[in-house]
Amino acid sequence: MAEYVILIYENESSYIDPSPEVWQEAMAAHGRFAEQVGEQGGKLLGGNALQPTPTATSIRGDVVTDGPFAETKEALGGFYLIEARDLDHALQIAKLCPAPFGGVEVRPVMNTSGG
Amino acid sequence: MLPADPEAGGGAEAGSGGAETGSGAAEAASGDAEAGAGDAGGRWITDVGAAVAEAHRREWAYVLAATVRVARDIDTAQDCVQDAYAAALDTWPRQGVPRNPGAWLTTTARRRALDVLRRGRTLRAKLPLLVEPAPAQDPELDPGLDPGAEHDGGPIPDDRLRLVFTCCHPALAREAQVALTLRLVCGLTTAEIAQAFLVAEPTMAARVTRAKKKISAARIPYRVPGAAELPERLDAVLTVVHLLYTTGHTAPAGAQLVRAELVERAADLARMLAALMPDEQEVRGLLALILLTDARRGARVDSGGRLLLLAEQDRSQWDQAAIAQGSRLAAGALRRGRPGRFALQAAIAAVHAQARTYAETDWHQLVRLYGELLAAWPSPVVALNRAVALAMVQGPGAGLAEIGVLEQDGRLAGYRYLPAAKADLLRRLGRADEAAHAYRAALELADNAAERSFLAGRIAELTQPELTQPGPTQPGPTQPGPTQPGPTAARAE
Repeated sequence: MAEYVILIYENESSYIDPSPEVWQEAMAAHGRFAEQVGEQGGKLLGGNALQPTPTATSIRGDVVTDGPFAETKEALGGFYLIEARDLDHALQIAKLCPAPFGGVEVRPVMNTSGG
Repeated sequence: MLPADPEAGGGAEAGSGGAETGSGAAEAASGDAEAGAGDAGGRWITDVGAAVAEAHRREWAYVLAATVRVARDIDTAQDCVQDAYAAALDTWPRQGVPRNPGAWLTTTARRRALDVLRRGRTLRAKLPLLVEPAPAQDPELDPGLDPGAEHDGGPIPDDRLRLVFTCCHPALAREAQVALTLRLVCGLTTAEIAQAFLVAEPTMAARVTRAKKKISAARIPYRVPGAAELPERLDAVLTVVHLLYTTGHTAPAGAQLVRAELVERAADLARMLAALMPDEQEVRGLLALILLTDARRGARVDSGGRLLLLAEQDRSQWDQAAIAQGSRLAAGALRRGRPGRFALQAAIAAVHAQARTYAETDWHQLVRLYGELLAAWPSPVVALNRAVALAMVQGPGAGLAEIGVLEQDGRLAGYRYLPAAKADLLRRLGRADEAAHAYRAALELADNAAERSFLAGRIAELTQPELTQPGPTQPGPTQPGPTQPGPTAARAE
């Protein structure tokens, strides 16, 4: 098994002052996804939703600036850390990850333990 | 698209992996490839160099795929296979060419891989490739990992399909898929691949190295996809092979119209896939398409290198054996279910190939087939081809109207065969000034020398006063692109 991060990139404006229905639907979808990871034979190791990019603060060198690194239409809004057999398995799981206003990116986690 | 796309900054990474430097043996072997290329294998081969070259072309994929299973790492496997070919150059002159060169090379390469594994070098340094054990086989008991088994001469699993599907995995960019397929499945050196696509060698080396790193870092499995994924994954494989073919068939730039090496590699790959997946219609369709289109190769340029249109070609020079085989395959690919895009393109190529003269071409049938193809594969290039066929049935005006719609659409902006097709229809309508204008637009977009000289010739004809009125009754030859269905249809995908 290997670890992958599923990065959720979505259009943030869709979540600004969401209606209760949109919010509940998103919560329910993510709840369902958490169950599906196990059903697919993977393992959910962690994950979180992030506050939107206006809350971001960037540091480059010693310089602290407001805002995210890049202003783009679709921003990183949350992530999951999962365990899967291989990339095909990870993609199969990631396809179930809700991202109605954008998409997801799957990245293998680097093993930094050396060897 | 692929060819003219040197990656900015790619060269900087070339040296980092160190993996992509050509081995002397592989280069020696492929350098001699012409010598053994035409040999069917039955003739006594006296020249060992030719025998090694022959084995390189015919057996590379099999040997590498079987070695990956043992080495569990593509770079290591590749090194071991290159060592095995070097060993062949050294051993065969003394001991004679073995009866089964592929088995000899595989055994030698796998034994080397076992040596490397025993020294534990790669497993510490790299993530091992995910090799799924063959059914009912425990990975620890894989006979391939038992040194004793090497001498049994037992069957070595044919992993070539795994290798192909790994190289063409959708997680890799198309150009990386193409490069990896040529490097790993065909055994071309990065220098050869770089030359084929007119890219600097360090750029190509970086591309291949990056792709191989992604395979191991992201753990792209060494596996043939299951039934649910197969159609989509197979389509990617066929697209790569077809792209190799089209790049070879009409080189996108340069002095040569055809790059025979690429055409032959693509045909070899299609044959291999058809042998390994005999029930897949689209695989048959692709092989048929390549055979039928390539059957015309010898007739496509005259002795002076001038491009000859379908209408002008000496059909007695077409390869009738290839046409017969291609037509049989195409018919088979159409027989079951809804035909896919390769089967339909093959059927279109078969209609052209079976016409004894240009005038006898069954244009009604072509319009129908292009319509079906458009439904299966809604590409504006297909629509352009259909417009050209329609012009042959209903007259240039009808074709011109369809091309007008495509111009509005805008997706073919920059596609040289659109203005070329339009120019031809205008020429046939006697609208010389407009035709010359459209030919000039096509000329601006064409990079291939043979195509450029053809277009320049047309402009010269149209701008000579006495030739400005070619009677609209003359069904003059049509353009190089749209009348040669297969290759151009894929070009602007």
